[in-house]
Amino acid sequence: MGISIELEVNGASVSEEVEPRLLLAHLLREELGLTGTKIGCDTSQCGSCTILLDGQAVKSCTVLAVQADGSEITTIEGLANGEYHPMQQAFWDNHGLQCGFCTPGMIISCVDLLSTNPQPSEDEIRHGLEGNLCRCTGYHNIVRAVQTAAETMNG
Amino acid sequence: MFPSKFDYHRPSSVQEAVQILSDNPDAKVLAGGHSLIPVMKLRLATPSALIDIGRIDALKGISRANGSLRIGACVTYNEIANSGVVQDAAPLLAEAAGQIGDRQVRYRGTIGGNLSHADPASDLPAAALALGATLHVSGPNGSRSVSASEFFVDLMMTSLQADEILTEVEISAASAGTGSAYVKFEHPASGYALCGAAAVVTRGAGGSCTGASLCFNGVSATAVSANGVAASLVGSDLSDGAIESAVSNLSIPDAAGDMFASAGYRQELAKAIGAQALRTARDRA
Repeated sequence: MGISIELEVNGASVSEEVEPRLLLAHLLREELGLTGTKIGCDTSQCGSCTILLDGQAVKSCTVLAVQADGSEITTIEGLANGEYHPMQQAFWDNHGLQCGFCTPGMIISCVDLLSTNPQPSEDEIRHGLEGNLCRCTGYHNIVRAVQTAAETMNG
Repeated sequence: MFPSKFDYHRPSSVQEAVQILSDNPDAKVLAGGHSLIPVMKLRLATPSALIDIGRIDALKGISRANGSLRIGACVTYNEIANSGVVQDAAPLLAEAAGQIGDRQVRYRGTIGGNLSHADPASDLPAAALALGATLHVSGPNGSRSVSASEFFVDLMMTSLQADEILTEVEISAASAGTGSAYVKFEHPASGYALCGAAAVVTRGAGGSCTGASLCFNGVSATAVSANGVAASLVGSDLSDGAIESAVSNLSIPDAAGDMFASAGYRQELAKAIGAQALRTARDRA
């Protein structure tokens, strides 16, 4: 049984007929070709699949596509607007990545973190990113990237 | 991994949801989905249908009236943790909700889903017990109320009937002189409670204890009350010594061990974390 859903993904209207069991992460990656969103653990722990759903960072491997019907979604592909989002630029400048697999989800979570706490302490940054795992353990530069982005965005 | 196939229903009212649930005995109720979808992906749960109550506005409110705090089943952990109304009327619940999972999980997970799922290692059941919460449920024959102490039956089992939906959690607003704390010793990878302690204490005009409650997550198959231990504090000055003495008698029946921690270790954790929660609650009273 297909269900019709309508979404706005990175500013573009999307209409899809989906199986109820289709996960949002799979809709984004396989139906819409937005493979920036990664699927890491597939058990809602690692945060690689994090996207913004109506402005909030959520793990798209644990959301059904039908639950997102009518929502606005931003993936890593939708962050840049002609030039890199300040968080993307800060990750670049601080080398906030090693292998890069966790990076799209990490950047989305960092954007969400600054949207609720524009000037987080280092402790708040580390605590705020507990839902995103970097298996290269590249956390120090990620924290520096968030600090840089906070300065840029508040400046 | 995909869940197995299911039919999807999105009712617009509790009444409609209850009707669909009555017609589909094998169906599951979907709120935020952060307990249910993971177990469906592992095929530990294979419901024939999901009833998505996530868009029913009547389940999304937080209100306080006549000394009573009411939280709709679909209110998220994030909303509870950051609600000024909850922080004022039931700070224990806000504190526990803020410790669940991570940011992403807290945006999606709901109080109703959490309590209905009844995972003993989750953080809200002990808080609901310690606060003496009343759970309102709706079924085909109307609504009824269940106390938290009668709600948690066994491992991931509640007294909800198959055709009933938890709709609202009601908590008496904290009175003057009351302090509370939720302290968790968490598994470092999963964040689930190896032991979580929810404590509430009330001090009278002279500073002595006039009421106390102490409940635990993570130690046995359900959240459990150690209110016998807490009751022994009534009349005391709530000094560190009085708290140590009370928790030294703590023994949680049916404490369970698993690959992460033995039952005996959890008993000892309960004493240490329980005392810490009681001391913090006292300092806040």
